[in-house]
Amino acid sequence: MTKTLLALAGLTKAYPGVIANRDVSFEIQQGEVHALLGENGAGKSTLVKSIYGLVKPDSGAMHLNGQPFAPNDPKAARAAGIAMVFQHFSLFDALTVAENVALGMEDPPPLRDLAGRIRDVSEQYGLPLDPARIVGDLSAGERQRVEIIRCLLQDPKLLIMDEPTSVLTPQEVEILFETLRKLKSEGTAILYISHKLEEIRALCDTATILRLGEVVGDCTPREVSAREMAEMMVGGTLHVPEREAGPEGEVLLKLEGLSARSPQEFGTPLRDISVEVRAGQVLGIGGVAGNGQDELLLALSGEMRTDPQMVQFKGRPIGQLPPNDRRGLGMCSAPEERLGHAAAPDMTLSENAALSGKTRKALVRNGFVDWGGARDFASIIIDRFDVRTPGTENVARSLSGGNLQKFVIGREILQDPDVLVVNQPTWGVDASAAAAIRQAILDLAANGAAVIVISQDLDELMEISDNFAALNEGRLSAPRAASGLTIEEVGLMLGGAHDMEVAHVDA
Amino acid sequence: MDLSSINPLLLLASLMVASTPILLAALGELVAERAGVLNLGVEGMMITGAACGIIFSALTGNAWVGFAGAALGGLLLSFLFAVLTQVLLSNQVATGLALTLFGLGLSALLGQSFADARPPAFPKLDMPILSDLPVLGPVLFRHDGMVYVGLLLVVAVWYFLTRTRAGLILRAVGENHEAAHALGYRVVLIRFGAIMFGGACAGLGGAYISLVRVPQWTEGMTAGAGWIALAIVVFAGWKPVRLLLGAYLFGGVTVLQLNLQAAGLAIPVEYLSMSPYVATILVLVILAAGRAPGSLGKTFHASR
Repeated sequence: MTKTLLALAGLTKAYPGVIANRDVSFEIQQGEVHALLGENGAGKSTLVKSIYGLVKPDSGAMHLNGQPFAPNDPKAARAAGIAMVFQHFSLFDALTVAENVALGMEDPPPLRDLAGRIRDVSEQYGLPLDPARIVGDLSAGERQRVEIIRCLLQDPKLLIMDEPTSVLTPQEVEILFETLRKLKSEGTAILYISHKLEEIRALCDTATILRLGEVVGDCTPREVSAREMAEMMVGGTLHVPEREAGPEGEVLLKLEGLSARSPQEFGTPLRDISVEVRAGQVLGIGGVAGNGQDELLLALSGEMRTDPQMVQFKGRPIGQLPPNDRRGLGMCSAPEERLGHAAAPDMTLSENAALSGKTRKALVRNGFVDWGGARDFASIIIDRFDVRTPGTENVARSLSGGNLQKFVIGREILQDPDVLVVNQPTWGVDASAAAAIRQAILDLAANGAAVIVISQDLDELMEISDNFAALNEGRLSAPRAASGLTIEEVGLMLGGAHDMEVAHVDA
Repeated sequence: MDLSSINPLLLLASLMVASTPILLAALGELVAERAGVLNLGVEGMMITGAACGIIFSALTGNAWVGFAGAALGGLLLSFLFAVLTQVLLSNQVATGLALTLFGLGLSALLGQSFADARPPAFPKLDMPILSDLPVLGPVLFRHDGMVYVGLLLVVAVWYFLTRTRAGLILRAVGENHEAAHALGYRVVLIRFGAIMFGGACAGLGGAYISLVRVPQWTEGMTAGAGWIALAIVVFAGWKPVRLLLGAYLFGGVTVLQLNLQAAGLAIPVEYLSMSPYVATILVLVILAAGRAPGSLGKTFHASR
């Protein structure tokens, strides 16, 4: 039978004002994939940082293979056979793959030998990677491979993965899972953190569920439904978004032959996109990342100007209008990147509210900002969208990802737009917050707005869209009614000319 | 105008001497910047080094002791910068500017009573056979020891940064200090080392001006050499070998324009005086600047 690899007993860690972990105990067996589940802020990251030696628990004990284990720093943890793949990659853009790998090892061989070993391991596990490439040029999936190979080269007994799939395409997720299953078959234990419950059901043997820093239960993911797991995480019934079928109204937004070059160096140009969105409709746009999603949002938000006729709002050509003029007309948008694009990280929530809402909420009078009005607007958003923050004068950076996402989406929805465009509205957001955001989008549509949701989460699109279209290399497929669309049909719409291939792993 | 008064061999020979102060200071700053620290106090550390060099050599009568003292002076000043920026988390740009002003004042105070001091002679090395080579001998092999120390340092820094693990870690810290911290590297400690190496090099560069180039103490005698060193680091794309190129180019055009001025070339002196700056910037821009270290100038705090 399997034996216990790592046992946690009564781990507690408090930060000023919050208790991140309270009396957390569970065991990880050798060769099992163990899921750690919880909402944003449930204390998952703090817990794995304790295991990896980045955080020192206030009390409690850990035992590794029966021996007391209390790493003072990541080096000690690595020496004990623990490796970690970080949520935000801990890579160095300007350095090569081999140099990055060397930096994560205690006692690396000379770079030339290391390059050979990287090639060996990458072939063995079906993770193709050239050791001489500069990491800054790699895709998100390839960058994650660098981290994984860095871990594998040290023959870890326990591999910790913190939300590894949030930046990956479905194909890359498949490759990753093959690798993890192979590792498991070799006896490596994996501690897997994710929000994506279906993934956990497909991959993990057991799951421990955290809520507000405490263990609230465990389960065998294969034997329970995703909904049951989500309800254990939330500690209540999960609200599934419902839509009331609204009347199909007039065409509010029309794209006609929208073509534009990408403003980014390695971006995808938009090619001849034509589509209509009616009042009360939600158009879901799917596609693998990097097929023109960012560019489409820029063209719709007004950050990227086009020929006036290419974008028409209520029949009026607006392709040449900048973002604030479009907001003034009633067309709001929320981009994917929360920090730095949707919100200014070091400005307060009321300042961020004023920046986007100044036109429609009349927050500027005679050239002066109405700060009282901005604060009121911000506190309404916080209130209505359940944004967890001490107040309107906290900077955007201080909010967790999910909370900030609720704030930026709420900010646009509460401006009562006629057309709303959002990109990845629930990216990195936990289940209950995601449900709340989707419900708000549906409510907006029910009240007669036209909504475009760009997302890579197909389940999300199927749940909220009336019509579905796919972006592929900058071209948009003809929209089809979402109800009754099968996954195979969606796959064909997305597929196009993608020649991505799942690497074959020799088990 | 009499161009025949310019001896090309002497010109080439003096190029290496003229470049050495900037080369030393820029090399130190390069290491600090590769570790992610922007220290704008190079000028202040250089002038402090110049004053310390005079003081220590006048007191001991030995130029090498003078250089050692200058390195120590620059190092101490940079230690102050390191404590302010790395421990107390002050802004690097503001602190660096303050360091320059502080160094100018401090050196004036220290050097006051040494205005008349003459530094001891700093002998040129006599290398058997090599020094007697025709052409190459006078150009390359009849300089004083510091010229070669500077060259050796360039090679040493290049080797350190590109070939050693410690150098890789230093570059990693400069590239992404958060990631380096997450991997368990001591960001602040490594930066302290890099800053102090930079300070010692700047001190050496300053002392080369006061002990060899001029040689005597005058207030403000570095006259902006520290700023040139800073600029050369950027234009050299943070690469040691290109840094050598930039420093020699700057030194070369400086010597040439002085010679041209002496020869009475019919161009306003102002144009000649600005030519080294223009030439250096032009050439290094054409060579295309490299990419700055990712964490350059950013304050690091290990918040958890």
